[in-house]
Amino acid sequence: MVLSTGVVLSTGTITITEERVVPLRSSEDVVRLRQVVREQAVALKFSLVDQTKVVTAASELARNTVIYGKGGDAHVSLLLNGGKHGLRLRFVDQGPGIADVELAMKDGYTSGGGLGLGLGGAKRLSDDIKIVTGPAGTSISITKWKPF
Amino acid sequence: MERIPILRMGRLLLVTIQVDMHDQLALALQDDLTNRIVRDRANGVLIDISALDVVDSFIGRMISNIAAMARVLDARTVVVGMRPAVAITLVELGLELPGVRTALNVERGMALLQSENE
Ligand SMILES: Nc1ncnc2c1ncn2[C@@H]1O[C@H](COP(=O)(O)OP(=O)(O)OP(=O)(O)O)[C@@H](O)[C@H]1O
Ligand SMILES: [Mg+2]
Repeated sequence: MVLSTGVVLSTGTITITEERVVPLRSSEDVVRLRQVVREQAVALKFSLVDQTKVVTAASELARNTVIYGKGGDAHVSLLLNGGKHGLRLRFVDQGPGIADVELAMKDGYTSGGGLGLGLGGAKRLSDDIKIVTGPAGTSISITKWKPF
Repeated sequence: MERIPILRMGRLLLVTIQVDMHDQLALALQDDLTNRIVRDRANGVLIDISALDVVDSFIGRMISNIAAMARVLDARTVVVGMRPAVAITLVELGLELPGVRTALNVERGMALLQSENE
C-alpha cells in the first residue's frame, strides 16, 4: 500500500489531500479494501449509512477488478472542495475492458455468474461514477461527498 | 482454510457470522451448511448477521443460495440481526432476498423457526 499525505493533486477546485493505493488481486484484498474505505469514511465523519453505502460500492467494484479485470489497484483519495469533504475511489485494471458499458450498467446484466448488480448498485450508492474502459483496461471511479 | 462454525440445537443449525468474510469463506459456509442440513437432519437454519457492517451482492447471493438449498432439503432459513444501515444499503443496491425471512434477533428468529416446524 502506498500512502502519501499532503496535497497530491489539485484539479479545478477539488483538492486531493491524501491518496492510498490498495492492491486488488484476491478476495482477501477486497476485504482489506473494505477496511481501508471504512477507516477513511469514519475519519471523514460520514454518517453510518453513508459509510455503509460507500464501503458496499467499493466492495462491488473491487470484486469486479479482481474477477473481470484480472486484478488491479484501488486508489482511495480524500477530497476537499471548498469546505466540503469527500471520498474518491478509483479502480484500475489492465483487463479486457467492458465491451458495452451501457449494457454492463443495467441491473441484472452479468457476463459471469453474478446478479449483475455491482455497477448499477455502485452508481446508486455514490454521488457519481465515471467509467473509462477499452481493450487495455478499465478505470472506474466513484465519489461520495459528505453533506454539509 | 478457516471456516465459519455451525452449531446445532435440536433440529436447528445456528451460524453467527463474526468476521468480514472474503468470497471463498462465504462459499465454504454455503457448502458446509448444505452438508450439515442433510447430516444433522436439520429443519431450520438461523443465520445471525448482527456483527456484519456490510453485506454486498456476494454475501447477499450466498444468503439467498443457502435459503434456496435449505428449502429443497425441507428446512427453513431465517436471517437475524441485520443492521439498519445494511438494510438501507441493500435496498439501494437493488438486492432482494427472495425466500429469505428475517427477524429482529436470535430469540425471535428461533421462535419463528420453531413455530413453523411444529
Ligand atoms: N473491471 C471490469 N473489467 C471488465 N469487465 C467488467 C469489469 N467490471 C464489470 N465488468 C462487466 O460488467 C458486467 C456487470 O458487472 P456487475 O458488477 O454489475 O455485475 P456482476 O459482477 O456480473 O454481478 P454482481 O456484481 O451482481 O455479482 C460484468 O458481468 C462484466 O461483464
Ligand atoms: Mg460485480
